[in-house]
Amino acid sequence: MSVQPSEALVTAPLSAPGTFSRAFRRLRGDPLGMLGLILVLLMVFCAIAGPSIAPFDPFKIRVTERFTPPSLPHVFGTDNIGRDVFSRVLVGSRIALTVGGLSIAISLVIGLVLGLCAGYGPRWLDNFLLLVFDSVYSFPTVILGLTVMTLLGPSMTNLILVVVVVQTPAYARLIRTATLSIKGSEYILAIRSLGASPARVLFVHILPNIIGPLFIIASMDIPAVITLEAGLTYLGMGIPPPAPSWGRILLDGFDNIRDAPWIVVAGGIPLIVTTLGFTFFGESLRDLMDPRLRRNL
Amino acid sequence: MLVYTLQRIGLSFLICVTSICLLFSAIHLIPGDPASIMLGSRATPELRERLNHELGLDQPVPMQLVNFLGRVAQGDLGTDLWSQRPVSTMVAESLPYTLTLIAAGLGWSALVGIPLGCYSAIRRNTWADRLTGILSVGTISIPSFVVAIYALLFFSIELDWFPVIGAGDEGNLGDQLWHLVLPSFAVGLGWVGYLARIVRASMLEVMGENHVRTARAFGLPEGKIILHYALRIAILPTITLLALAIGGMLSSAVFAESIFARPGIGKLIVDAANLRDYPLVQGAALTTVVLFAFAMPIADLLVAWLDPRVRATF
Amino acid sequence: MAMPAEERSAKSDSVLEVRGLSIEFRTPTGSVHALRHIDFDIPRGSVVGLVGESGSGKSTLALAIMGLMPGNAVLRDGSIRFGDIDLRSLRPAALRALRGDRISMVFQDPMTSLNPVRSIGDQMTDIQYRNGTSMPDKRRKAADMLRKVGIPDPERQLDRYPHEFSGGMRQRIVIAMGILEQPELLIADEPTTALDVTMEAQIVQLLRQLRGEVNTSILFISHNLGLIAELCDFVVVLYAGEVVEQGSVRDIFHRPKHPYTQALLECDPVRIEEVRRELPTIPGDVPNLLKAPAGCVFAPRCPKMFDPCAIQHPADYETSPGHVARCHLLGALPS
Repeated sequence: MSVQPSEALVTAPLSAPGTFSRAFRRLRGDPLGMLGLILVLLMVFCAIAGPSIAPFDPFKIRVTERFTPPSLPHVFGTDNIGRDVFSRVLVGSRIALTVGGLSIAISLVIGLVLGLCAGYGPRWLDNFLLLVFDSVYSFPTVILGLTVMTLLGPSMTNLILVVVVVQTPAYARLIRTATLSIKGSEYILAIRSLGASPARVLFVHILPNIIGPLFIIASMDIPAVITLEAGLTYLGMGIPPPAPSWGRILLDGFDNIRDAPWIVVAGGIPLIVTTLGFTFFGESLRDLMDPRLRRNL
Repeated sequence: MLVYTLQRIGLSFLICVTSICLLFSAIHLIPGDPASIMLGSRATPELRERLNHELGLDQPVPMQLVNFLGRVAQGDLGTDLWSQRPVSTMVAESLPYTLTLIAAGLGWSALVGIPLGCYSAIRRNTWADRLTGILSVGTISIPSFVVAIYALLFFSIELDWFPVIGAGDEGNLGDQLWHLVLPSFAVGLGWVGYLARIVRASMLEVMGENHVRTARAFGLPEGKIILHYALRIAILPTITLLALAIGGMLSSAVFAESIFARPGIGKLIVDAANLRDYPLVQGAALTTVVLFAFAMPIADLLVAWLDPRVRATF
Repeated sequence: MAMPAEERSAKSDSVLEVRGLSIEFRTPTGSVHALRHIDFDIPRGSVVGLVGESGSGKSTLALAIMGLMPGNAVLRDGSIRFGDIDLRSLRPAALRALRGDRISMVFQDPMTSLNPVRSIGDQMTDIQYRNGTSMPDKRRKAADMLRKVGIPDPERQLDRYPHEFSGGMRQRIVIAMGILEQPELLIADEPTTALDVTMEAQIVQLLRQLRGEVNTSILFISHNLGLIAELCDFVVVLYAGEVVEQGSVRDIFHRPKHPYTQALLECDPVRIEEVRRELPTIPGDVPNLLKAPAGCVFAPRCPKMFDPCAIQHPADYETSPGHVARCHLLGALPS
């Protein structure tokens, strides 16, 4: 069977047995990729176990201990109202990864639906959807986020909505391209001549080939989404206080930057670690899955 | 080729119009009374009425859209809710600062990134190349606003090398340049890595081509070959990336202007957003859309112009 | 009578002397012995044809002479003398100084050999950077050379770009660039392979004409026997990295001594006189050069193979002055 979607990545037949285990073994030889994987797992662990392993209650205000520099037991010091920064950072990871994972998942689903409609549906629908996608694209990301948040008001739900609006066009486009190129392939024509309904063609035959690489592309977007959430919160238009989003920590720290410079440093570290981790890991994964390089597997 | 160009520009125009329609419909898609939602707790009756009037919400929907489009076409972007000043004036005041910031960011990231990518390609697989590769991924990964905050903390507050706030005194070029250093550094840093990578990949491809082999066979100096026979061609995809960078930098500028308290469209939008001043946010956002939507085809045009093979088809 | 030719006397005034040249390529799977004990001369003012099928090592030899080999190439043994300079001993900068000036090379594919974003004139003046002459002088020299290779209205053409010319014109331009600085040696690596027959004839005509006008020796690499016969004074036959036969064009075409040369000539469609259904070919494949073969390199495909061929590497035998072949058959002839 020859399916030729435009993205080289999407072409890779992932149904070959043992591909993932071979890929993983190869990953061991890539130190940056391994580092990325470790960082990602570390972050996921913090997100899951955060509240339980945090040394202090991230919301508890202890004004007497405000502006304590980093030392034991406050590893990252305390902020302007005495909250332990390290605990806030830990719990903040849960917010970051939840928003990141959830919004990308939703974007994938909606993008899938829209992309399939655009690829499989009538020409006018395709053109219309493409125009909408391109228009959303031409908004600089943060500015689009701010615009939507102005309309809706800062809250976690609205933030997820913003991310969905920002991310969906990209995925929809990918799916659309893949669908379009497969649509006319002989394999699909054969299946249809055997009486398969369009739905069956879509879900049983087209989807499985696209899903795998799509996940990889989506996982490389997670750091961007986490950064967007933190950025919007920093600007005051994201997740409202007192939730310890990393952006919130940065904002509190910035307001008190002269008195307690450690707060902004502490707020930036998890962002850097997360984006580095996902980026190294994602790049490694993508190189491994690249069909041109996979011949050596 | 000329036809193709006109098509691209037409498409950009269409995109701008669609964006306007999208923004417009966004107001109406939110459930409930848009004015109250937008103004939230600040909703006093007169503010609400002002917003309603401003957004034309007291008229039938299709009329509103037509009116809106008409006004935008004439350059009227509405009126700021709080200060009652025309949005277009406020945008026009801020725009030069943002453009300067983006130009500076683009400038330094190109000046550093392109030679770095070139050097990596020539010295591929040496430690310099690998180090550049890791640094590239690293700098791409650090969010630009974190860079801005750290830079502010380290270079302005701790070391006191650079000013903390503002764009510098009017008319004093040196002072203004001094105020530009840190913000443009923060805005450009992520793109150094991208540019270096693209230039490296492009150069590696071009250096393997036959005309470079011919140039070597004629004994041309390596410097001339790299500049005129390789980079001259490899640079073309980079120009397209630079146009994309403008979009990304518009986003980064929002943060940089906030953090360094610089005047500009970014700061305008952030302040307006926090005040839920939708007309101002909308007008400024539209301006950035126009900038970005036309940057891409202009870059493609430039690429076409620089390649004699394509230029001939005009 | 055939006798072993151990030491070939250096031809007087050869522009190029290659002795015992052996080149290997290091690959992850081992060393490929691309060229083994190559001996030949290019007498000054002559055209020497280098014949061989794909994979015989023709291009490797050309690149070795130019000093343009890839990084994994190792010069195992032998020497390349250009006039009185040992090319092996030259530093890269000195080699580069020779290229384009005293030794030039023209490549196979005219469509991609030229820089697409630089005008012809600029590319031709680039080559003249060693001169120290003024730009107008350089352009004049370039225009003169374009005129010589048959490009009409050359002054105007200098400002044009490669894509504005046809394949045949481009190859003429490349040749013009090749002889621009009047090199002592011009290496032409299959210059007509990518061209159609009419253009091929024109290029050959051009080379013949230039040969008379400019005192440049030419190493003409090709797998086209007809062209070799037309153009060359001497022929070197290359098979799987070894020179199996060499001599004057008369010797090679009328009295070929090596079975490979004989087979090549038999298989040349131009020479076939009787009408048949199938064209003759040489059965078998070029050997894998990861290991230097023990016996004669042509043995597996040779119709005249006998016992010593598989075991012992044949020596060079000079059957008449200047005509050398590497075959056991020549040693076995009775005196």
